[in-house]
Amino acid sequence: MIEFKLNGKTVRSDSPQDTPLLWVIRDELKLKGTKYGCGIAQCGACTVHFEGTALRSCSVPLSAVEDKDITTIEGLDSPQGKALQTAWVAEQVPQCGYCQSGQIMQAADLLSKNPKPSDQEIVTAMNGNLCRCMAYKRIHKAIKVAAGV
Amino acid sequence: MGSIMKQKAGMSRRTFIAASVGSGLAMGFGSLLSGCSQEQATESLATGDLRNILSPAGWFEIDAHGKVLVNIVKAEMGQHVGTALARIVADELGADWAEIQIKHVDTDAKWGYMVTGGSWSVFTTFQMLSQAGAAGRDILLNAGAKLLDSDPAGFSVSNSMVSNGDKSISFAEIVQKGDISRSFSEEELATLPVKAAADRQYIGKQTTALDIPQKTNGQAVYGIDAELPGMVYAHVLMPPTRYGSSITSLDDANAKKINGYQQTIRLEDPSKQLQGWALVIADTFPAAMKAAEAVDISWQAGPTANINEAELIGEGERLAADYEAGTLFVDEGDAPQARASADKVLKSIYRTSTALHFALEPANAVVEFKDGKCHIHSGNQWQSLILPTLAKALDMPESDIIIHQYYLGGGFGRRLWGDYMIPAALAAKHLNKPVKLVFQRPDDSRFDCVRSASVQQFDASLDAQNNLTGIEHGAAAGWPTLNLAPGFLGNGVDGKGKFDAFSISGADHWYSIENHRVRAINNELAQRTFQPGFLRAVGPGWVGWGVECFMDELAQLKQQDPIDFRLAMLDAAGKNAGKAPESIGGAKRLAAVLNDVRDRSNWGRDMPAGEGLGVAVAHGQERTMPTWTAVVAHVAVDPESNKITVKKIWQSIDCGTVVHPDGALAQAEGATLWGISLALKEGNSFENGEVSKTNLDTYTPLRMADVPEMDIKFMPSIEVPTGLGEPPLIAIAPAIGNAVFAVTGKRVYNLPISL
Repeated sequence: MIEFKLNGKTVRSDSPQDTPLLWVIRDELKLKGTKYGCGIAQCGACTVHFEGTALRSCSVPLSAVEDKDITTIEGLDSPQGKALQTAWVAEQVPQCGYCQSGQIMQAADLLSKNPKPSDQEIVTAMNGNLCRCMAYKRIHKAIKVAAGV
Repeated sequence: MGSIMKQKAGMSRRTFIAASVGSGLAMGFGSLLSGCSQEQATESLATGDLRNILSPAGWFEIDAHGKVLVNIVKAEMGQHVGTALARIVADELGADWAEIQIKHVDTDAKWGYMVTGGSWSVFTTFQMLSQAGAAGRDILLNAGAKLLDSDPAGFSVSNSMVSNGDKSISFAEIVQKGDISRSFSEEELATLPVKAAADRQYIGKQTTALDIPQKTNGQAVYGIDAELPGMVYAHVLMPPTRYGSSITSLDDANAKKINGYQQTIRLEDPSKQLQGWALVIADTFPAAMKAAEAVDISWQAGPTANINEAELIGEGERLAADYEAGTLFVDEGDAPQARASADKVLKSIYRTSTALHFALEPANAVVEFKDGKCHIHSGNQWQSLILPTLAKALDMPESDIIIHQYYLGGGFGRRLWGDYMIPAALAAKHLNKPVKLVFQRPDDSRFDCVRSASVQQFDASLDAQNNLTGIEHGAAAGWPTLNLAPGFLGNGVDGKGKFDAFSISGADHWYSIENHRVRAINNELAQRTFQPGFLRAVGPGWVGWGVECFMDELAQLKQQDPIDFRLAMLDAAGKNAGKAPESIGGAKRLAAVLNDVRDRSNWGRDMPAGEGLGVAVAHGQERTMPTWTAVVAHVAVDPESNKITVKKIWQSIDCGTVVHPDGALAQAEGATLWGISLALKEGNSFENGEVSKTNLDTYTPLRMADVPEMDIKFMPSIEVPTGLGEPPLIAIAPAIGNAVFAVTGKRVYNLPISL
């Protein structure tokens, strides 16, 4: 049994210790906003916050999150997170939308550490998140809008 | 493809029907079956029994609170299609946009033929939805005036109110009080006034997309999010070839040690789509993944187990070079004679590599048999195509299979073919319990109906002054339509043979060339090795690569500016004059976007060393639905590494009326970047009968760091709206290739481009 905090609430899982966190979140704890894309931590659709830092949940075993704080898109309530979600609508960012939970979680991680990123810092932080619809221009713009830069 | 559109438009005796249903008002187009009166149809609509009477499309309902629910039969996969279609209805209806809701419907037969592709959604429904809205407006206006004991003359409808001076009544009140039952014949419909473009309230005006908020907070529900009580998870064990493999041994002793493993089942598929498949069944998906690794399985591989990319391309080269091969798609003048009498011939061969869809949501389906019906939960683009195959696979009538639609985590053509539902459906039938199947990424790639590798050979006939006298063009590839929908194959222009328009459209371009012959050739080796698919921009997506690079070669040979060279052939003469309404203006509109992009890109200026401009044009997905696009690409080539960087793209687009401007721009931005990705980043290769690059460690679509500046302009227009989701992709790769030539003097022939 592994116990951890998910969006501020204590949760438990009886799954094997090596179960990828992604599937615990999606299938056991029924939060579907975090998505499966590649399974090898290279698309970013599964990005969540682990103790406040972006992490690819498809490639992290359940055992690694014992007693840790995990935040998903459903629990994102930091001021930067909310500002990003508002900007995502204002800039009409999503197309199919499948990658966007991960994009927003990655961007929230960036702004929490670097509230006023430069254009290049945004690219560097976001380059690991694939958007197959290629809404990159708007993702970049929305981060700037949310950051007020 | 024309025939698909005709099938949609071919409802005979189309009638618009409105009826009070419960506490609401339902309206829609119906197609009356022979022997059914309008009264019976209206009654059937009122009782909700539409199955045998109507195939309504553009059906909408107004409830007693005035909410207008527009039923959307098209798949939502990023194009915000529901918003665009509902804007058309709402504008004509005179509804308050704030009262509009949309719903993506299942495959009940009443919705008629269901396909979302080809960039057709707005083009094929604009007139119908406009008429539906106008008819609804007329009904509400008359019903409202009657409730106000007034003469309808002088009343107007806007913002969900029917009013004349100080008299007014809301849609909600009309629906609450009204007992409405009216129908319009096709002739009556045609006389109803549709708004002039200048009077439109929503079409062409900015708005926000209805599906976006839930795509920013994790609430949007995709097929992969579907769950049913009591379901088990399935994981595929896929054979080494698409066709002809069989399982020779299967030992699950090691899988049995895994907690949650249930069993492994071999699939027998009467539809023959799945040959040599097994499925691991488990309590959870992680257990299924582990068990799939642990099962010891071997196959007798099918006959294409050794095929590689070079052989596919080699066969394409052989076919494209054979002047007798293939089906005549274009045959103007006498191109062979022009070649025979030419002073010289320029021959060039253009190739494209296999490309993946790589929709970020991998293929998946949840299937349940209940009360004699098969319920399939899965996002899909062409439900009407897969239903007959599912019926064959499951040995049950098509009418007992219902596909429940979800948001699509990317379509791009992959979900036009719903073969990924079959294994889940077979397993659910076999196990008699709900099954959820998710493809892991490498399996999704292996099972992809890829964009076929292609080869095009061009032979230009020239006189002594390098004037063009004719072009022969042979294009060889695997044909998606041949297996999937053979009824939609076209007939050769000489009456001989068939062609797949989805693998040759774009070769019938709008340049006036006296002697022009195009042969569409099926690469049978490709056809045997894999299921060719429709990838965003489909045929023109790779045909345009050859056509527009070759035009640059001809301009260069003639020592003429590439834009001037093209404009001289875009004279809108003869067949290139265009036809009302969809291609009114013809080649002149293509010339107009080309002139526009020339001005905006400041074409012809001196460029810094290592940088250059390239140009290309395209006419969208087909001549019968032209979207006129012209692109200038600004490219830099690093002299040391030969790395190609796209610095800026200018694109001018004339797609007629733009319904949802910001949605249109988003599609154009995405398609432009797809064009760059396919030009520079995405090439797969078959090895041992399968695609060799199956995940992001080897298959590398464009990322944010590769995004250039984009300057995209829509030409102002009130003409018929044509397709948009794909056409802005087509001219990108050739514009980049031509820019590479401008920088380096080196002509590139293969996609993806490498120097």
